[in-house]
Amino acid sequence: MVSFEYKITNGTGLHARPAGMLVKTAQSCTSKITVSGNGKSADATKLFAVLGLNTKSGDVISFSISGKDEEGDRRKIEAFCKENL
Amino acid sequence: MEKLKGIAASGGIAAGKVMLYRASGKTAEKRTIEDVSAETARLDAARAKALSDLNSIYLKSLKLVGEEDSMIFQIHKMMMEDEDYYGSIKSKITKGKVCAEYAVQATGDEFAEKFANMDSEYMRGRKTDVIDISKRLIRCLTGETGEGGLSGIKEPCIVAAEELTPSETIGVDKSKILSIITKNGSKSSHSAILSRTMGIPSVVGLSDAFASVADGMEVIVDGSEGAVITEPSEETLELYRKKEQGYTEYRRDLEKLAGEEAVTKDGRRMRVNANIGSPSDVGDALRNGADGIGLFRSEFLYMKHEALPTEDEQFAAYREVLEKMDGRPVIIRTLDIGADKKVPYLNLPKEENPALGYRAIRICLDRRELFRTQLRALMRASAYGTLLIMFPMIISVSEIREAKKELENVKAALKKENIPFDPGVKAGIMIETPAAAVQSGEFAHEADFFSIGTNDLTQYTLAADRMNDKISAIYDQRHPAVLKLIEYTVGNAKKAGITAGICGESAADTGLTEFYLKIGVDELSVAASSILEVKKKALSTDLRQ
Repeated sequence: MVSFEYKITNGTGLHARPAGMLVKTAQSCTSKITVSGNGKSADATKLFAVLGLNTKSGDVISFSISGKDEEGDRRKIEAFCKENL
Repeated sequence: MEKLKGIAASGGIAAGKVMLYRASGKTAEKRTIEDVSAETARLDAARAKALSDLNSIYLKSLKLVGEEDSMIFQIHKMMMEDEDYYGSIKSKITKGKVCAEYAVQATGDEFAEKFANMDSEYMRGRKTDVIDISKRLIRCLTGETGEGGLSGIKEPCIVAAEELTPSETIGVDKSKILSIITKNGSKSSHSAILSRTMGIPSVVGLSDAFASVADGMEVIVDGSEGAVITEPSEETLELYRKKEQGYTEYRRDLEKLAGEEAVTKDGRRMRVNANIGSPSDVGDALRNGADGIGLFRSEFLYMKHEALPTEDEQFAAYREVLEKMDGRPVIIRTLDIGADKKVPYLNLPKEENPALGYRAIRICLDRRELFRTQLRALMRASAYGTLLIMFPMIISVSEIREAKKELENVKAALKKENIPFDPGVKAGIMIETPAAAVQSGEFAHEADFFSIGTNDLTQYTLAADRMNDKISAIYDQRHPAVLKLIEYTVGNAKKAGITAGICGESAADTGLTEFYLKIGVDELSVAASSILEVKKKALSTDLRQ
């Protein structure tokens, strides 16, 4: 398993648009990806669960990624975060 | 007759009968079922139909309002496909032995409740989306055709609703809806955006005043003022009819000017540029016929980030603007921050007097690495259009020389590295302190152009804080002292043969346009939405009179 943390800098946090894009990205990965923030955890492939984290700008979210290609998937998710969050 | 105040969401005037719209609030009946697998099969079929409907709405919306505002329907699709949501519906059917309609409604309510309890206004707003998709699914289950929503309206009317969901607003037939007014919502809510895109007047956020609106009532909606007048008298109606006519003609005439140059009747030409804050503002500037960008505030790059923006990040933003402007001149102002425009990661201490403090060029000449990064990004971008660089808050010749020396160093370094740039980039200064205006004769030999920042020039000249409401009457951009400094500065620019422009609020003051033209101002830079008004004013001016 690999993991990393990311601090959200976009204005509204993990809101509908970026959350939707994150879910799409996670669905395209082969690993199991869990995202945590605000004291809660969510399966990153589930939109309502991700929205339920209710994150805001400035919050730190963490990802844990496990699977055959976890290193590749980590890079994918990290690149997504930098680009969109 | 009563005048209700709300938020002006989309300009224009409409008069007509109110259609009080209540989203089909039918609650699904709770029926018990026997055949669980038949019921889940019904649910699966309904969801497939709902997803395909959402897809066509997405495509329709894409054409109407563009990708950004259509994304919501993609989100709706994902919500509809969400395992937790769908799983909850299914488990209610299998465990509770209830009909699919009831299961969808109960699940929708549960999920909506979760959002309603969140602490951010944005997330609370997502409640509307859950309700929207649940209603859609129920409509597909009951075989109700059409989008529901506003698509069934037959007679032109003014739609009044507590709140409209995205699906309800996209079903709108433009010819049937004169205006939309809502109890809730803000300028950025979906119905507001859609109204603006379709060009129909809209007032949102009427809150308690909304109770005064009744079905079938005659009202006038003034979307520019944010007012709704109920049961207007014949006189009022006539007044607004005239206003409406005037407004439509006015806008139509203005829009014709987008392609024209601002030339006075006696042939004096003035460039009208746009002020922008980020690359995404360029579209508006071009649509309104901007001759160039007169002020690109580079601060946004610094304020939206957690750390200093890298050279590459800045380069990308500058290049985007230059490319989009396609050869038209673009003046980019170097970093203009200070204790009043906060950038947390710079750790600037709180100051007693931020307007007179450590800011703008003072920071840049003190923290050279920061300045150099920006200048490098700017010069690299210069290869992609017509760039002009402008230094803010100048009070002395030495500052101009230091800033230009730094720029020369950057050019030399880029040359060594074989990175392309435009060697002819002009470097000008903002005239926004009385010191600069008074010394403009000397400065004109050091700078390639002047741009007069009237906001700060007024504040410093009159010793009147523009943020202080108590003295807002004293803060007068037309004060003779301010106008004299402007005239003196422009005169010195003329003598030295450099261009002089005005940016700042008063550039858009059409009461001053003639004055600017008379003293020989070469360009005005204003918000995109003011360009056409300024052009119109210049076109109707005759300096011989």
